Amino acid sequence: MILDGKSPTGPVENTWDKHRFDMKLVNPANKRKYKILVIGTGLAGASAAASLGELGYNVETFCYQDSPRRAHSIASQGGINAAKNYPNDGDSIRRLFYDTVKGGDFRAREADVWRLAQVSNHIIDQCVAQGVPFARDYAGYLDNRSFGGAQVSRTFYARGQTGQQLLLGAYSALSRQIKLGTVKLFPRTEMLDLVLVNGEAKGITIRDLITGEVRNHVGDAVVLCTGGYANVYDLSTMARGASVNANWAAYKKGAYFANPCYTQIHPTCIPQSGDYQSKLTLMSESLRNDGRCWVPKKRGDNRAPGEIPEEDRDYYLERKYPSFGNLAPRDIASRAAKEQCDDGRGVGPGGRGVYLDFADAIERLGEDVIRERYGNLFEMYELITAENGYKVPMRIYPAPHYAMGGLWVDYNLMSNLPGLFVLGEANFSVHGANRLGASALMQGLADGYFVIPYTIANYLTQTTPGMLKEDAMECRASVDAVQDRIDKLLSVKGEKTVAEFHRELGSVMWNNAGMARSEESLTEALEKIPAIRAEFWENLRIPGSGSEINQQLENAGRVADFLEFAELFCKDALNRRESCGGHFRVEFQTAEGEAMRDDENFCYSAAWEYKGDRQEPEMHTEPLTFESVELAVRSYK
Amino acid sequence: MSGHSEHDTMTLKLIVWRQKGPSEPGRFETYLARGITDHHSFLEMLDVVNQDLIKEGREPIVFDHDCREGICGTCSQVINGLPHGGQTRTTVCQLHMRKFKDGDTIYIEPWKARAFPVLKDLMVDRGALDTIIQAGGYTSARTGSAPDGNSILISKEDADYAMDAAECIGCGACVAACPNGAAMLFTGAKVSQLAALPQGKVEAAERVNSMLGAMKECGFGNCTNHYECQAACPKGIDVKFIARLNREYLKALVF
Repeated sequence: MILDGKSPTGPVENTWDKHRFDMKLVNPANKRKYKILVIGTGLAGASAAASLGELGYNVETFCYQDSPRRAHSIASQGGINAAKNYPNDGDSIRRLFYDTVKGGDFRAREADVWRLAQVSNHIIDQCVAQGVPFARDYAGYLDNRSFGGAQVSRTFYARGQTGQQLLLGAYSALSRQIKLGTVKLFPRTEMLDLVLVNGEAKGITIRDLITGEVRNHVGDAVVLCTGGYANVYDLSTMARGASVNANWAAYKKGAYFANPCYTQIHPTCIPQSGDYQSKLTLMSESLRNDGRCWVPKKRGDNRAPGEIPEEDRDYYLERKYPSFGNLAPRDIASRAAKEQCDDGRGVGPGGRGVYLDFADAIERLGEDVIRERYGNLFEMYELITAENGYKVPMRIYPAPHYAMGGLWVDYNLMSNLPGLFVLGEANFSVHGANRLGASALMQGLADGYFVIPYTIANYLTQTTPGMLKEDAMECRASVDAVQDRIDKLLSVKGEKTVAEFHRELGSVMWNNAGMARSEESLTEALEKIPAIRAEFWENLRIPGSGSEINQQLENAGRVADFLEFAELFCKDALNRRESCGGHFRVEFQTAEGEAMRDDENFCYSAAWEYKGDRQEPEMHTEPLTFESVELAVRSYK
Repeated sequence: MSGHSEHDTMTLKLIVWRQKGPSEPGRFETYLARGITDHHSFLEMLDVVNQDLIKEGREPIVFDHDCREGICGTCSQVINGLPHGGQTRTTVCQLHMRKFKDGDTIYIEPWKARAFPVLKDLMVDRGALDTIIQAGGYTSARTGSAPDGNSILISKEDADYAMDAAECIGCGACVAACPNGAAMLFTGAKVSQLAALPQGKVEAAERVNSMLGAMKECGFGNCTNHYECQAACPKGIDVKFIARLNREYLKALVF
């Protein structure tokens, strides 16, 4: 099937304005008749729930954490983009739009990206009004810095904790609505199923993580703001609780999963130090404003970094990409680091690391300036590695970080299932095959504050409120199915722990479907994953019961879904016989080792439809057309 | 992603608070953590212990955690009597085992405060902190109504001061460290952040009254100047924000 993203037609710069006028509105008195379920309280979820509650809808919101303020948006460090052009350096909505389309390697829908760029400026205004303490210059104006993939300074920031400050802003707006009674909060709950009525999303089934109760919540629309799936790799920069559960539940109820193979491997993370490790820690991309990446020119050069003279160092990003240098986009910087390490020139334990060196910047600006810009990041680096980044270069290595793929949505952010909306990282919409730095925060807040309030009204006007009741057959069936699976997980009573299975899956995914993929590696993964899954259901051990706090059971449910999702991921990667953005197929590269896109055959988004447990999923395509930007080879040289 | 450690391993004796539920009695139990290296984080050390417990058919220790990079504020353990283990500006998840040595005995307890009931083992209910924010920890800026970001000039000094206060991760260590179980540092940080900014000044009086009211209702105690909160805070939030809270309260009374 050929999918239609329902983008408005006409000149791209008019699309959002035209569409906003064309959409239907719900009158103020009618809004309270509708109930909206918002799952996830990160930037997308908190901003959506707060804005919808403020408009007068009845909102219920859910998070697995003990407080909405802890959603993983909080961990974003570097900044948020906007096309304000305050520095007068040539930025505009069109340039942010163009950079994002190009950064995504021409695999995103034009109109969606335009809208993102257009509303980006309002986000900054909104956050300032909430009291987000963005960095200011001495005259009191907002300050900017640069991020990868852009030649202008358009990134707004709050020290190295921009995600935290933006989330706390959205959380404060959400808290205000909770106090006003328009939003009801259900923390420590996990969505495990989606309930449909005549094919439309009208309810969810959740497990209360404290009491173990499995129950329904019903509404008139469901908004998934449930984040990405990078934990399919086990080790990633994600929070440990981040999962694909809600999205996978929606997929199994008929929502299409788009481009699952597009994952972002972030170039600057602290290298792994042992097999016991539970997470990889990101070092913000903003560090590459002042840090220079290098490796020794000679293989196996074991000298301390300070003893390696300039002429024996290879500043490989500056050499390969002179016009963007250390600010090359993430996919490119990650592959370049891997290339150096594969060539035997990596540093640190196991040779899986490159230097990120601040010596030049410290000499030029002084240590105080560097501390002011990145102090908390240097602190974090030292806590983890016991090394002082001001004195010796940091060691970094790429790590899984973000999912560009996600549930398929149309221009209204509605999936193919009417009533199911998907926002933020959970959808596939704007980042194409690679996300540029400081764009995730922008997207989450754009979707939540400025898109969903309009597009959901357009859907609601076409529905009758209260179609699903909690005692409906669909609800009971869903609760039974969720409870059955919990019972099944608990009844295996085997020998291996959830963590062991997750580690096994993660290792297959990292080695076979990580920064470089091939037909051979993906085919091998597709043999290994079902074997791990089969053993999981025969040999898993979870102590305790389902009617209490049981973290092993929670994790088992998450890993069970990753074990299914991983297969779809690899199928998508196998199907896409081209290299683009974060998806690098070794068979498709230029002589210089750059990604080689195949626009003739793959200029589309792949959206997968679930067909049943033992059936092959069916691939639908949404062709991508580029009218405002020229489909070009992406070069940062 | 393979790595290895050149370090010798440690064995540690853990004395851990175990409690089935909020109304069940709790007790200390003793476990051994084996094969621990300098590079293990404290939570990774507990992961190792939990893996062993599961293998032995026993129930693993329940503890809150999520981002494991010191920013989400979920982890919450009192280690050897000190919230987050007492290292400067360090959450439990960022505490590394290089701070301990082979053969050490480590006591691990949950946050202890009237306003934070224990849910299970080391996990507590900190919903009271959300209640305080809901009472007034915001500006009432409607979505879509904001003026241009640069139309509100804020001196760098004020912006930095607000940011210092805004760094709070809401973990509750300040409450756990306080002999009175007070949430004055938590509340003071939010009140100060917003009171320092022009956007937040309009509602300053109402905010401080509502937030202090909620604090009292939730069962938090009052400040008697022990400064334990500042010592325990993993983000280094300064007690000057408690002074600001009191000043804002006084201003609201006079006003």
